[in-house]
Amino acid sequence: MFYREAGQYKTSYAADQATFPILQDRIGIGIILFVAAVIIPLFGNDFLLQAVMTPFLVFALATIGLNLLTGYTGLLSLGTGAFMGVGAYACYKLTTIFPDVNIIVWIVCSGFFSAAVGVLFGLPSLRIKGFYLAVATLAAQFFLSWCFIRVPWLYNYNVSGAIEVPQRSLFGIPVTGPNSAPVTRYLIVLTIVVVMTWLASNLIRGRIGRMWMAVRDMDIAAELIGIRLLNTKLLAFAVSSFYCGVAGAMMVFLWYGGAEADVFSINQSFTILFMVIIGGLGSLVGSFFGAALIYILPIILRFVPAELGVPLNAATVEHLTFIIVGALIIVFLIVEPHGLARLWQIAKQKLRVWPFPY
Amino acid sequence: MRAPSESDIAAGEVLLAVENVSLSFGGVKAIRDVSFDIRKGEIRAIIGPNGAGKTSMLNVINGFYTPQEGRITFRGQTRNKMRPHDAAAGGIARTFQNVALFRGMTALDNIMAGRSLKMHRGLFWQLIRFGPAMAEEVEHRLRVEEIIDFLHIQHIRKVPVGRLPYGLQKRVELGRALAMEPDLLLLDEPMAGMNLEEKEDMSRFVLDVNQHYGTTIALIEHDMGVVMDLSDRVVVLDYGQKIADGTPDEVKKNQAVIDAYLGVAH
Ligand SMILES: Nc1ncnc2c1ncn2[C@@H]1O[C@H](COP(=O)(O)OP(=O)(O)OP(=O)(O)O)[C@@H](O)[C@H]1O
Ligand SMILES: [Mg+2]
Repeated sequence: MFYREAGQYKTSYAADQATFPILQDRIGIGIILFVAAVIIPLFGNDFLLQAVMTPFLVFALATIGLNLLTGYTGLLSLGTGAFMGVGAYACYKLTTIFPDVNIIVWIVCSGFFSAAVGVLFGLPSLRIKGFYLAVATLAAQFFLSWCFIRVPWLYNYNVSGAIEVPQRSLFGIPVTGPNSAPVTRYLIVLTIVVVMTWLASNLIRGRIGRMWMAVRDMDIAAELIGIRLLNTKLLAFAVSSFYCGVAGAMMVFLWYGGAEADVFSINQSFTILFMVIIGGLGSLVGSFFGAALIYILPIILRFVPAELGVPLNAATVEHLTFIIVGALIIVFLIVEPHGLARLWQIAKQKLRVWPFPY
Repeated sequence: MRAPSESDIAAGEVLLAVENVSLSFGGVKAIRDVSFDIRKGEIRAIIGPNGAGKTSMLNVINGFYTPQEGRITFRGQTRNKMRPHDAAAGGIARTFQNVALFRGMTALDNIMAGRSLKMHRGLFWQLIRFGPAMAEEVEHRLRVEEIIDFLHIQHIRKVPVGRLPYGLQKRVELGRALAMEPDLLLLDEPMAGMNLEEKEDMSRFVLDVNQHYGTTIALIEHDMGVVMDLSDRVVVLDYGQKIADGTPDEVKKNQAVIDAYLGVAH
C-alpha cells in the first residue's frame, strides 16, 4: 500500500484536526504501540527492558518536557536536571510519608511539585530572554543541586546521602524496589509515557499550543492578539517541569532503583537539551528520536563492534559517543534546527509522492 | 476639520479620540501635541512623509508606547496606561508595517491564534481535546475558514507562513487581525511593497471588511490613489505634528500638505 493522503477526504473539521489524520500513520502508530506493549514485553530479555527501553522512554519524556518549553515556547532552560530531581525527591518524600498510597499515584503527583518549582524559577522569564534566561535557570539548577545534597530531610537522613527506593506493590505485584520485575516497570513507564505524550500532542494542537508558539515566534505580535506573556510563559514552565518531574521520579523509582544528587546535575540538563536539539526543536516525535539517538548510540557502539569481532573498550565508546553527538549537534544547529524530526518529515513527504519525484 | 468634543465622545459617535498626545524617545520628538478622532464605521487614513510619526501613533493607540502627554479615549473610556493585550481585549487589532506573523506556524494556525481571546476552555480540556474542547475548536475553525475564504487563501492554509511570498503574508496577517473580530482595526501600510494587482485585492478586502462587518479602520498608506479611494477622512502628520485633517479632497488641496510632500524647507 502506498503512503498517500489522496482519496482520504476529511468530511469534518474535527477529522481534519485528528491526531493522525492520515490512515497509514494510524496504522503505523498502531504497529509501534503493539510492538512496544506486547512484543517487547513478551520476547524482550531483561537487558532490553531494563537497560534500553525503560531508560529510553524516561529520557523521551524528559525531552518532551524540555521541548514544550524550549522548542514550543522558545524559552531556553538549563535547569531540566534539577526539575527532574524535584520530581524524584518529591516522590521519595511522598511515598515515605504516605506509604499506603499507590506509588504510581505519587510518581504522577510528584510532577506537581516540580511544576510549582518550575513556575517559581520561570518568573524572571517575563523580563529576560534567551541567554540571560538560560543563566537564570542555571542558577536554579545549582541552587536545587545544592539542596539535594545539603538538605538531608530530602533523602530521609540516609547515611549514604542517596534515595533508596522502597518496595511498593500494585495488586500484590511489586512495582518498585529490588524485587520488582523489569517487565513490570517497563510496562508502567510505557503506559505513563504514552498517555503523557498523547496529552502533550493534544495540548500543542489547541489554543494553548498556539499561544506558546506565538510567544516563541513573535512575542510582540502575540501580546497584540491578547496573549498575556507572563501567564503563557509560566504555564509553559509549569507543564514542562511537570513532565520533567515525572520523568525524574520514574528515573529513580522505575529505572535506577536509587539515586544520588549528582544524577540531577547540570550534566543531566545538557543531555536532555542535546536530545531536544538533535531530535528537533518543536517536535514530539523528534523528542523520541533525540532520546533514542543519544541514549542508544553508546549501547550500539559497545555491542555491535564487539559482535563483529572488534570490541571497543568503554573509554573509546565514551569518546566516540562524545564525538558523534557533538558533531551532530553542530550540524543540526547550523543546517537543520528542526533536527531528526525534520528529516523524518522530508522522508514522509517523499513517500507521499513516491514513486514520482514531486 | 474639527477636534473631538466631549459631547461626541459621550454620544459614542467617536470610537477613538486622541487628545494632545506627545511622545518622545530621548531627544527625538516622534509625536507633538496631536489630536484627532476616529468615528464609528469610518475608514480613517493617517498619512505623512517618512518618519512623520504614523507608526508611533498606532503604537500609542494600542498601548505599545505610553505617551508622555495627552489622553486617549476609546469607546468612551479614557485611559492613561494600557498594555497591548488589554487593547486587544478591548477590541483593537492591528497589522504591522513589517509583517509580524508567527513564522513557524501555518497560515491556519496564525489565524486561529487570533481567536485565542475568544476561546475559553482551560488546560484540562486542552489536554483531553475531546467533547467540549473539540466542539470549541471546530466552532472557531468554522469562523476562521470564513475568513480564509474571504481572503482567498484556501490553498495556503497548511503552509508555514515563513515560506509564503510577501503579499500572501500580508493577507494572512490581515486574516489574523480579522479573526479577533475587532471594533477598531489598525493597518500599518497594508499595501507596501505590493504590485498593482495585489494592491487592488487588498483595497477590496479593506473596503469589504469596513462595509460588511462594519469595522472601523485606521489606515496608514503612502499610495495617495489608494488613500483617496478608500478613506472617509484623512489626518496628515509631518515631523510629528498634525498639519491637516479632513476629507481626502480637502487634504489634497491643503497647502501645508502639498509643501510637506514636495519637501519645502521648514
Ligand atoms: N523605538 C524608537 N526609538 C527611538 N526612536 C524612534 C522609535 N520609534 C520611532 N522612532 C522615531 O520616531 C520618528 C517617527 O517614526 P515612525 O516610525 O512613527 O514614522 P512613520 O511615520 O511610521 O514613518 P514611515 O513612513 O517610514 O513608516 C522617527 O524619527 C523615528 O526615528
Ligand atoms: Mg511607519
